[in-house]
Amino acid sequence: MISITRLLRASSRSILRNRMRSLLTSLGIIIGVGAVIVMVAIGEGSQAQIEANITSLGTNLLLVIPGSSNTGGVRQGGGSYKQFTFDDIDALKREATLVDGVSPVVRSGGQIIGGAGNWFTSVYGVSPEYFKIRSWEVSSGEFFTDKDVTARRKVALLGKTVVDQLFPNQDPIGQSIRIRNIPFTVIGVLKAKGQTGMGQDQDDVILAPSTSVLYRLKGDRRNAAIDMINASAISSDKVDAATAEMRTILRKAHKLTEGQDDDFTVRSQAEIMQTATETTKTMTLLLGSIAAVSLLVGGIGIMNIMLVSVTERTREIGIRLSVGARESDVLIQFLTEAVVLSVSGGIIGIALSAAVVAGLNKWTTLQPIITPEIVAVSFLFSAFVGIFFGFYPARKAAALDPIDALRHE
Amino acid sequence: MTAVIETHGLTRTFEVGDIFVHALRGINLTIETGDFVAIMGSSGSGKSTLMNLIGCLDTPTSGEYVLDGERVESLTKNQRAMIRNRKIGFVFQGFNLLSRTTAIENVELPLFYDRQNHVRNHHQAAVEALNRVGLADRLEHTPNQLSGGQQQRVAIARALVNQPAILLADEPTGNLDSRTSIEIMSVFQELNTEGVTVILVTHEPDVASYAKRIVGLRDGRIVRDVAVTNRHDAAKDLAALPQSEELN
Repeated sequence: MISITRLLRASSRSILRNRMRSLLTSLGIIIGVGAVIVMVAIGEGSQAQIEANITSLGTNLLLVIPGSSNTGGVRQGGGSYKQFTFDDIDALKREATLVDGVSPVVRSGGQIIGGAGNWFTSVYGVSPEYFKIRSWEVSSGEFFTDKDVTARRKVALLGKTVVDQLFPNQDPIGQSIRIRNIPFTVIGVLKAKGQTGMGQDQDDVILAPSTSVLYRLKGDRRNAAIDMINASAISSDKVDAATAEMRTILRKAHKLTEGQDDDFTVRSQAEIMQTATETTKTMTLLLGSIAAVSLLVGGIGIMNIMLVSVTERTREIGIRLSVGARESDVLIQFLTEAVVLSVSGGIIGIALSAAVVAGLNKWTTLQPIITPEIVAVSFLFSAFVGIFFGFYPARKAAALDPIDALRHE
Repeated sequence: MTAVIETHGLTRTFEVGDIFVHALRGINLTIETGDFVAIMGSSGSGKSTLMNLIGCLDTPTSGEYVLDGERVESLTKNQRAMIRNRKIGFVFQGFNLLSRTTAIENVELPLFYDRQNHVRNHHQAAVEALNRVGLADRLEHTPNQLSGGQQQRVAIARALVNQPAILLADEPTGNLDSRTSIEIMSVFQELNTEGVTVILVTHEPDVASYAKRIVGLRDGRIVRDVAVTNRHDAAKDLAALPQSEELN
């Protein structure tokens, strides 16, 4: 066999003989590999961001939302059925063994007046367990307690955004705000969480005792309608079991017989995360495959140049054949050249993508992540492109007749 | 003396469309080791075809061909490649050197394709070969930095580097002026004196007069096979020529 090092040296020499042309040929691969890596890195980065955001929603979070009502076969759509009651909450607290926190969520909101001006925001009526479930912390003041809930006290915790709007230059603790004209006392400020993966500001919120919001703010007495239940599973590997357990308890509480559909939906954070990551995965795949097309085009560029090169170097091939090169030697030589071209293009492309990613990290809000896998995959793919698109020209070179090749002008 | 080349009834027929062209019609030729043969003939006489057969670039339609004790008429492509690599050194009219490649690298080329690696030190072997043709001081020059005569010397060094059984030269002086032609012939004569078998294809009687034996071809047959009576000595002819301004 011909030694690999000699073969590589000969290929490099003939590539360097035509520096400009080789560079232009590799450019297709450089851009292709670079684009694939950058695109996938952006996808991976946004996926990681979304995952981090969802985690910030709370650990092992389970959401129970009302299902659709089915009145005489007419389905009414999501959320149309009656909401939850405190009996549901009590039942869950009493019977659930895989859940270590249950909180009602009563949604309200409106124009808030206080401090420096007014602001429109959401008000959530919750129980003290909610803070642990959703991983809220206070930056000043304190949380309300079970006593405040029982006594329906008009106390409130403000999110960072609300504080910025109403009390830009003063301490809001102990101040009074009016939520839809009902006065509440500010007892604490929530530590900022930032935006969710969907771009929603999590700090634009006011938290108050569930009973206060329900009875004092919404004036609801008869239905005691709770919009949503938040709970947390005792550990992340018990999320599915906890979901099933809550479902059983709620079905019993709602007196659903066998065969009747659930009138609620239990969704775990894992599910939400899955949906979100699936979306970004699809995006990553889409971006990656568009970039892969350019890699393919780069490969065709290599084939093109190699074909030109074979014609141009017919006499050289003739000389090589006359001094004892076999067909396979010529084939391997041209194939090696194509692979060296595409692989060095791949390496330059990887370096280029690293530079672009570093730049994006520094100057934009995108946080792309280059994984070793995508680097390995695109490197191997560029080598494959070289072999695939180099084969036809190489075979054409090898099939030349030595006598004709020597006479070629 | 032993025969390095022996052919019996060698024919080669080309099929061009519906017409059969009989380029060679039965060649019986024996060439002894150390001989210096000029194959002559006008264009279309079949000398190039014979040259391609002797050089194992082509296979005969029928007949026998023994090269250095080996039957080569029915070898596979790969086996022929090996014969070309080990037993034959080619010198062409157009020099056929790799462009933008130094003299030493050009001469090393046949060693690159030697699978058995008979020569361990490629560089040293190439230097020795260039030395034999008087180009020891032009190792790193590329063809476009060399004169025609120097390029042909590099080609001869390349043909010699594998120590082949025969040196096969196809119109080696066709692209050279008369003075340089004589210089190249003097290189061949020197090598022949050292024991290298040289087979030369030419249509110039002047060039053929430096050989020991002339084989004439016409219409695919040998019509003449004579010893050169008035053999020229290229070194003497060169000395007799007026000095030229060409550097060599």
